[in-house]
Amino acid sequence: MITLQIILFSVFAIIAVVTSILVVTRKNPIISALFLVLNFAALAGIYLLLNAQFIAVVQVIVYAGAIMVLFLFVIMLLRPEHEKNFFEENPKMKWLALIVGVVVFFQLIYTIFFGKLSSSIHQNAEKSVEIGTIESIGRGLFTTYLIPFEAAGFLLLAAAIGALVLAKKHFD
Amino acid sequence: MGILELIIVSLIKIIVIAVVMLLTVSYLVYFERKIAAWAQNRIGPNRVGPAGIFQPFADVLKLLLKEDIVPTAANKQMHTLAPMIALFVAFSTFAVLPVGPSFTAFGKVFSFVVADVNIGILYVLALTSVGVYAITFSGWSSGSKYSLLGGIRSSAQMISYEISMGFSVAGVILLAESLRPIAIVNAQSGWMWNIILQPIGFITFLVSAFAETNRLPFDLPEAEPELVGGYHTEYSSMKFAAFFLSEYANMIISSALIVTLYLGGWQIPYLELLNLSAGWVVILQVGAFIFKLVFIMFFFIWVRWSIPRFRYDQLMNIGWKVMFPLSLLNLLWVAILAMIL
Repeated sequence: MITLQIILFSVFAIIAVVTSILVVTRKNPIISALFLVLNFAALAGIYLLLNAQFIAVVQVIVYAGAIMVLFLFVIMLLRPEHEKNFFEENPKMKWLALIVGVVVFFQLIYTIFFGKLSSSIHQNAEKSVEIGTIESIGRGLFTTYLIPFEAAGFLLLAAAIGALVLAKKHFD
Repeated sequence: MGILELIIVSLIKIIVIAVVMLLTVSYLVYFERKIAAWAQNRIGPNRVGPAGIFQPFADVLKLLLKEDIVPTAANKQMHTLAPMIALFVAFSTFAVLPVGPSFTAFGKVFSFVVADVNIGILYVLALTSVGVYAITFSGWSSGSKYSLLGGIRSSAQMISYEISMGFSVAGVILLAESLRPIAIVNAQSGWMWNIILQPIGFITFLVSAFAETNRLPFDLPEAEPELVGGYHTEYSSMKFAAFFLSEYANMIISSALIVTLYLGGWQIPYLELLNLSAGWVVILQVGAFIFKLVFIMFFFIWVRWSIPRFRYDQLMNIGWKVMFPLSLLNLLWVAILAMIL
């Protein structure tokens, strides 16, 4: 039975896989960044299919809208395409990268094909519809997870002030 | 409603909105030129058709027939992609903005909105943040200094003003207790418009909207005396027209957003006292939305021809040192208000 959900999932999944391959194979870092944005958009689509509307929109606002724009700025202003190839300068790193890549790949293979599903996953499937909405996330953040949420907020504030102090040497 | 019916109804709505927006954009350009002429004591376009009303079609035809020039130093694919992103963002934002209340006809409920999603306002903010790419890419891919400077300026401006815009919207959401645009409009029934309840938030949102649409007095990305044409210096023919179109479409969307969030959307105060039939109420309310929308669009044009351009450091100072604290203050005020109401 092919439902609309399966068709949409396949479309988003194919986009996500193809763009993530293109991100690592493109020579021009700006083109890579563009495909990474597309990848984020496809992921947002998959989140939507999982009924997690808030996460989907935040994925676009935070990752595609804010973080990638800053990445692009750095890439555009530093012009790394004129610099030497990283692996040409550090030939040993190539082997290290290969080992790390293989380990991560087999980890993924193991979790996908040999991992066991949690026994409670089928009981909670119906509840998952409510979990992704903004109301339930807001309720969770301000009741159960209030202290971690506030702590994360303070950490981000401290990081922002730290960045400001580092960037500005003289205060007037 | 079946899935097929949903798709057909949505497609019809999308086509209607796309056509109406294209027509509005072309006539917005015409009215902009007429109002500019009026403000500067000129006549304005008056050659094509009576009082120049066919001028927009002549303009589009002219742009279509022009040669499309891509500079040698440009990155071809990105150069083509940038105006496409601009158009995509400008046209897809309107999907969540309600034009009128939902009504019942032939035993079915119809609504004046393409997608009534419960994250509507966040969807608008997400698309606005994607819109930065159009300008950044066009600036970078043109391979010209003026374009790059314009692109960087514009991105910095949009990112800075997105913050005060987001905080102003947070005030509206706090009062409406929902992110659904329809719920936000319903929360402003009678005279409980957000412009009256939170005037500071309205001002910060209005200023941010001007900055986000790159309109004068904040049109630094394309400041002609300094940057030739800014990010679209190297664009010609239909690609230039795409940027032009998206700029005016963004103006319509900003105006619709202001009406929805602060001017009570389609609401008319004391309309229920007149005891009109349901059909008349819907027609009057849609009319009210269009009237408010036209007024805000006129305001955009009016400001453009009245206030000179800001300097770049002034723009950043206003964004970070005036608008950002003001929007925070507004949030505090709304929090107190929400406790009283």
